[in-house]
Amino acid sequence: MIALRDVLVLLDAELLTPATAPETAFHKVFASDLMSDVLTSAEPGSLLLTGLANGHVVCTCSVADIAAVVFVQGKRPASDAIAAARTKGIPLIATKMTMFTACSRIAGRIEDGGHARR
Amino acid sequence: MPAVESVFRRAFAVRGGDFARAGAAACEIKELLKDLGIDTATVRRAAIVAYEAEMNVIMYAWDARMDLAVSPAEVRLTVDDHGPGIPDVELAMTEGYSTATAEMRELGFGAGMGLPNIKRNADDFAIDSEVGRGTRLDIVIRKNGHVRP
Repeated sequence: MIALRDVLVLLDAELLTPATAPETAFHKVFASDLMSDVLTSAEPGSLLLTGLANGHVVCTCSVADIAAVVFVQGKRPASDAIAAARTKGIPLIATKMTMFTACSRIAGRIEDGGHARR
Repeated sequence: MPAVESVFRRAFAVRGGDFARAGAAACEIKELLKDLGIDTATVRRAAIVAYEAEMNVIMYAWDARMDLAVSPAEVRLTVDDHGPGIPDVELAMTEGYSTATAEMRELGFGAGMGLPNIKRNADDFAIDSEVGRGTRLDIVIRKNGHVRP
């Protein structure tokens, strides 16, 4: 499990939907640029890491019950996608880190039971 | 006199190539099912099926009608499109087989998982396609069913 506040610190990230509670926790993490993979394999309640930042990401996440999205490598969705995410209650997060670095930091945090490097 | 079963019905129109509204029908279906008090696992399966089917229409067909029917025991979704049809349905049902364009793939779709994922989330699934006419999907999701492994 990982909390939103830890994701923001670990990934030196910006929360694009500020109304989200920082203690929001995610029990699963999934990473993919393919929305087809999200629809096929991501578990409900997952935190999604993706390098895809078009408007279909928010819609896909809503359909698949994805809990929050991290956009990696400096990608940012358009303002209408951010507005749609607010409406649907899906927190959006942006980091400049690469997919590999972001995934490894989150994996390290989870595997070390909350005591991994920052 | 036979018992009258209560069924909620709603029809949706989907236009081929309308990427700007992609997912609109599926998201509306999801909200309707939630409002009807259906459990979250069934709602999720129905929403995924509706979204995959809607994306297939947008990517490959000219237009379609999606019919939703909800009874106390199940959710039925029928998707009847006008389009080029599928020459080899068995091949199209193979995971990873795709005729998607580069543009579709850039949007995160067209990985050849749409039809297999619909079948995986459905309890009953039937597909009928005629080249030059279109494709029809008949999908049933039972409220006590589950996703196939």
